[in-house]
Amino acid sequence: MLYSDKVMDHFMNPRNVGEIDDPSGVGTVGNVKCGDIMKVYLKIEDNSGVVEDAKFKTFGCGAAVATSSMATEMIKGKTIQEALEITNKTVMEALDGLPPIKVHCSCLAEEALHAALWDYATKRGIEITGLKPPVSDIGEHENVMAY
Amino acid sequence: MSEIYFDHAATTPIRPEVFDAMLPFLKEGYGNPSSIYEIARTSKKALERARDQVATALGAQPGEIFFTGSGTEADNWAIRGVAELLKPKGNHIITTAIEHHAVLHTCEYLAKNGYEITYLPVDDQGIISLEDLEKAIRPETILITVMAANNEIGTLQPIEEIGRIAKERKILFHTDAVQAVGHIPINVSKMGIDLLSLSAHKLYGPKGVGVLYCKKGVALKSFIHGGGQERGRRAGTENVAGIVALGTAIELAVSELEEEAARLSVLRNKVIDGILEQIPHTRLNGHKTLRLPNNANVSFSFIEGESLLLLLDMKGIFASSGSACTSGSLDPSHVLLAIGLPHETAHGSLRITLGRSSTDEQIEYFLKELPAIVTRLRDMSPLYEDFLKRRA
Repeated sequence: MLYSDKVMDHFMNPRNVGEIDDPSGVGTVGNVKCGDIMKVYLKIEDNSGVVEDAKFKTFGCGAAVATSSMATEMIKGKTIQEALEITNKTVMEALDGLPPIKVHCSCLAEEALHAALWDYATKRGIEITGLKPPVSDIGEHENVMAY
Repeated sequence: MSEIYFDHAATTPIRPEVFDAMLPFLKEGYGNPSSIYEIARTSKKALERARDQVATALGAQPGEIFFTGSGTEADNWAIRGVAELLKPKGNHIITTAIEHHAVLHTCEYLAKNGYEITYLPVDDQGIISLEDLEKAIRPETILITVMAANNEIGTLQPIEEIGRIAKERKILFHTDAVQAVGHIPINVSKMGIDLLSLSAHKLYGPKGVGVLYCKKGVALKSFIHGGGQERGRRAGTENVAGIVALGTAIELAVSELEEEAARLSVLRNKVIDGILEQIPHTRLNGHKTLRLPNNANVSFSFIEGESLLLLLDMKGIFASSGSACTSGSLDPSHVLLAIGLPHETAHGSLRITLGRSSTDEQIEYFLKELPAIVTRLRDMSPLYEDFLKRRA
């Protein structure tokens, strides 16, 4: 299996890893069963609706880390409406493509952004045109066993 | 440090003696063993010498050795060959939940064609219960197929006892010994094995050549039809160079087995102990002692295997994992799930398989680099974040 140089770069040097204290919205998608969980934190300026900061934490393969990194990079500085235009396709294109079995990672990145925006909208009691409730937001996921 | 190859269960490099032995048959020794003239006779002799070498290594007779194109082909042939011939007698096959896909998918194919398959479970170390095996036997059971050593977690099965039970109940016994031959002692007559599969590239031979041992008197349906090669049971012009290489490789592996197994098990334990002692939230997969001398398999909580492999690769260390991403599906390794690991722990597995090139220095380098890699991935993991918050 071959990853593009861009994917490898975003995997080896991921942008925006971490958490945001007091985030405007948080979205967690994926599940441990298939081995990918993405958690995205957004800081949104209420008046302008601009995403000021984005951070992520991801449990997953190289593609999962790279798509999280790219997706958070892409959403920063965008308005909410612009942010909705980030899709798995645009993330994938920005990474110069993904191997076919890794396409679902880019879908997860899109879902994670949307889940975080949905969380923001719910907390603020606002409606974001065109944003659907996340299908796979797992919120506080089940406790994972440690050895 | 130059590249460190820790994936000998995937494949092994061709060793120099083996390369030297096969080379003439890629050059001037190109004769077809089925022809009559001198260069053909040379090929034929080399073929039969390799057959002797394989037979000696397994404690078998040369007439019981059939060359194939791979270990997978040998597994397919053994299982389907018995099943299709013995259909009038019965349609039940017993195997295990942790077999290689070459066996599992062949059984699944048969299940779609009127056969019944029992998949014996394994305990948390990856070993079947002989009691379960005895209970699973029915009047219509025609074959027991249990791997000698597992490719992922290295666990060894009680092959001799299985052979004894099979013999008592008059059922044929096949073992996939692809990971075992040349690594642990295997003797087909002592172990009561009727059919055995092996592969050259797991013991420093080339890819593309395998063997099915089929005990004298055991009937098997052929399924590669054509010329009269392999006593009419497996058609196709023989891969002479590959077969010669296999003969040399297996002879060397068996003659060096005791010493190399002792050397590797010390290194293996160093890998296992080094990981478990240095890195918290880590577990050993498979049995502590009843395992291949070269296999270490561990799981790291909160991280995913493919990421781990990519970061190790950056350090020049080549290893393997049972994560979904490396299996090409969404599910992690069926072996790790069968020993009872939760999905996330199965995704976070690392398999280190050592071999002739492995040294103490390599393991020290690996153990020095690994903790920072695991920490880096855990710092990125939302699962670890939750764990720390819960613990706080």
